[in-house]
Amino acid sequence: MPKSKSAYSIPTKKQKSDTYIFVVWVDNEAGVLARVVGLFSGRGYNIESLAVAEVDAVKNISRITIVTTGTPQVIDQIRLQLTKLVPVHKVAEFKREDKDVIFKEMALFKVVGKRNKIEKCLNACKKFNPVILDETKTSAVIQITALRREIDVMNKKLKPLGLISTSRTGAVAMTRGAKIFN
Amino acid sequence: MPKLLTGAEIVFKCLEDQKVEHIFGYPGGAVLPIYDELKNHPSIKHILVRHEQGAGHAAEGYARSSGKPGVVLVTSGPGATNVVTALTDAYMDSVPLVCISGQVPTHLIGTDAFQECDTTGITRPCTKHNWLVKDINDLSKVMHEAFRVATTGRPGPVLIDIPKDIQFAKAKYKKPNKEKKLNGKSQNKFSQVQIDELVKLLTKAKKPIIYSGGGVINSGPKASQALREFVELTGFPITSTLQGLGAYPGDDNQFLGMLGMHGTYEANNAMHDCDLLINIGARFDDRITGKIDEFSPNSKKVHIDIDPSSINKIIKVDLAIVGDVTSVISKINKTIVKRKNGHSKSNKSNIAKWWEQIEKWREKDSLNFVNSDESIKPQHAVQRLYELTKNKDTYVTTEVGQHQMWAAQHYKFNKPNRWMTSGGLGTMGYGLPAAVGVQIAHPEKLVIDIAGEASVLMTMQEMSTAVQYNLPIKIFILNNQYMGMVRQWQELLHEKNYSESYSEALPDFMKMAEAYGCKGIKADSPAELDDKIQEMIDYDGPVIFDCHVDPNENCFPMIPSGKPHNQMILGPNDQEENKIKGKGKALV
Repeated sequence: MPKSKSAYSIPTKKQKSDTYIFVVWVDNEAGVLARVVGLFSGRGYNIESLAVAEVDAVKNISRITIVTTGTPQVIDQIRLQLTKLVPVHKVAEFKREDKDVIFKEMALFKVVGKRNKIEKCLNACKKFNPVILDETKTSAVIQITALRREIDVMNKKLKPLGLISTSRTGAVAMTRGAKIFN
Repeated sequence: MPKLLTGAEIVFKCLEDQKVEHIFGYPGGAVLPIYDELKNHPSIKHILVRHEQGAGHAAEGYARSSGKPGVVLVTSGPGATNVVTALTDAYMDSVPLVCISGQVPTHLIGTDAFQECDTTGITRPCTKHNWLVKDINDLSKVMHEAFRVATTGRPGPVLIDIPKDIQFAKAKYKKPNKEKKLNGKSQNKFSQVQIDELVKLLTKAKKPIIYSGGGVINSGPKASQALREFVELTGFPITSTLQGLGAYPGDDNQFLGMLGMHGTYEANNAMHDCDLLINIGARFDDRITGKIDEFSPNSKKVHIDIDPSSINKIIKVDLAIVGDVTSVISKINKTIVKRKNGHSKSNKSNIAKWWEQIEKWREKDSLNFVNSDESIKPQHAVQRLYELTKNKDTYVTTEVGQHQMWAAQHYKFNKPNRWMTSGGLGTMGYGLPAAVGVQIAHPEKLVIDIAGEASVLMTMQEMSTAVQYNLPIKIFILNNQYMGMVRQWQELLHEKNYSESYSEALPDFMKMAEAYGCKGIKADSPAELDDKIQEMIDYDGPVIFDCHVDPNENCFPMIPSGKPHNQMILGPNDQEENKIKGKGKALV
C-alpha cells in the first residue's frame, strides 16, 4: 500500500519530484524566518538547504534562498503560499538545471595531517577556488565554493587525506547576465 | 505637541477608529491595563465570556453574521492558548478576527515567567499574520494593519501580542491611513479576456453546474445578489458547499441542495456528470471532492477565488479567475447581458436535457427518511424547526456532527450570513458561543443553535454568558446520547464496535437550564414536538431545548470515502447494498 502523509487520501498517481530553488525577499523582522520555515514544515514541504541574510540594510530586506524538492503542483503551492505571507515582498523560483542561474554553496574543510596530505587536498580542490583561511604545520582550513553535489564529492574525497571537520552553507543563487529575478 | 497616550489608550483609540462596538474577552494579569481603560470608552461594549475559546467562537459568530471583524481580548499564557482552537477554526473558514492578547512585560519574555507562553510562536500557523509589539511607537500602526490584514483578501484571524509594560508606556497615536493600499496581498486583477472566455464556455455547455462556497458569503451581500442574477441569466443548476448555504435561496428550484459527503444525490451526480463546472468561492475541500481521481471526470473546470493559492491546489482547473466574487460575477453578468441576443435563449434550450436528467435524480428524494410516530426522528425535528421559524429572519449556528449535517440538509436558508457552522476545522462546541456572538450582533433576531448533546457540553459554560447579557439564544439539542457521527462511522466502518462513543451519565439538561437561570424545555414524542418548539420560540430569554431523538438514526445520503460522487449510499429505502471496504476505510 502506498505511504500516505495525510490521514485522508492516498495518492494514486505518483508525480515526479524535481529540485527547485526559491529566492524569497522578506522584511527583516523578528520571526520572519520562522514564518517561512514553519510554512514548509506545516504543509509537509521539504527543505534541502537554506541560506538567509540581510541584503538591504536601508530597506530592511533579507533574502532567503531555499532548495526544495516537489512535484510541479507542490512547487506551485509553495510559491503561492509564500507570496501570501505578509512580510514577503517577492518570490522567485527556478529549476536546479536552469542554465541562466548561478547556484553556489560554500564549504570550510579542516584538514589535519602532514604537509603533503594538505597539498593533496588543495590540489583536489583546485577546480573550486580553494582559499586557505588558516594554516599551521599540521593543519589547514580550506574554503571552497561549488555546487552541492561537488561539495558532497569533495567531502568524501578528502576524508582519507585528513579531513576532520566540514562546515557548509546553504545554496545562494543569482541570475546570469544583466537581468534580475522576476 | 500632541498628547502622549498609554498603550492601553492607544488600543481603544484604534478600536474606536476601526468602528468596533463589541469585544469578547476574559481579563487576566497581563491585560489588566487594557481592562482598566475600558471604562473610558462607552462606545465599546465588552462581553465577558466564561472561557477564552468561547470568546473566539462568539467573535466568529459575530463576524460571520454581521460581516464585520470580530474582536477578542485575552490574557497571556492560558488565555492565549485557550483561544487557539477558535483562531484555527477562523483560519480554516476564513473568518475575520482580531485577537489582542496580553503578554508578560518585555524584560521577562523568555524567562518562563508566570503565565508566559510563546503566543506568537503558537499562533503563527493558525493566523494570517501576528505581531509581538515590543515598541510602543509601533502599536497604533500594528493595530490598524491588523484590521486591514484580517478583513482584506481572503479574510482570516490575526493576533496582536502586547506585553504589559507596552500597555503602560506612552506614545503618540497615529490614525489609520485613509487610502488602503493592498500591498499585493489582496488580488483583484482579473481581465475581461478571462470573463469572455468563461462566457464562451457558458454558451457551449450542455451539462453545466455552478458550485458556490463560503467565498460568496465573505464577499458580502452584493455577491449573493450577483450570484442570484447569474443563476437566473444562465438557467444553470446550482449546488453549494456547507459554508455557502444561504448565498442562493435554499427553496429555489434551480438549487440542488448541498453537495459532498452528505450532499444530495442530484447535486453529487450532477457534479460527476457535468461538462462545465463553475466553482465560485469554494476550495475543493476533501469532504466535497470525494475521490480526487474520479472527481467530475469529463468537465471543463472554472475556479473563481480571491486566494491564488486555492487555485490548482487540489483540482486542476481549465480557467482560473482570481478576484473578489462580487466584482467577478457582476462583470460576468454584464457581459452576458450585453451579448444576450441569441445566447440566453439558445443556451437554456441547450441544457433542457440536462435538467431532465437532474429531475430524474431528484426523484430519488435522497434526503428522505422513515418517520416515526413513537420516537422523534432528528431530521423531522429539524424540518419542524424550519417550518416554525422560516417566516422569521432566523440565524442558525450548529455544533459539529450528525445534527450539523441534518441542519444543513433540512433547514433551508434564503439569505447569506444566516448560517454559522464550523466546516473546515469541525470544532465541536462551536455553536453555543457562536450563537452568543450572533445574538450580540443582532439583538432583535431569533438565534438558534442546532446542537448535539456531546458537542454542546464542550462549551456549555457560555450559557452563563447568555444569561448575564440576557441573550435569548435557543439551544436546540438533538439528544441521541451518542457522539452520533462517530457512532455512524463505527457502524459503517468498524463492525459496530461503538468504542467510547456513548455518553453515559449525561446531565439532566432541564436541571442544567435551571442552574444557569434560563428556561429548559424537553420533548420526547413527535406529538408534542411542535408545541414545544413554539414554546421555545415564544419565550423571551435563553432556552435549552432537550429534544430526545432516535439514537440509532444515521445521516444519509453519504458518499463512502474512497468513492466518487456517483456512488452514494442512500438511506434505508435504498435497496442496493453499498458497503465500504478495504481501502476506503482509511479515507474517512
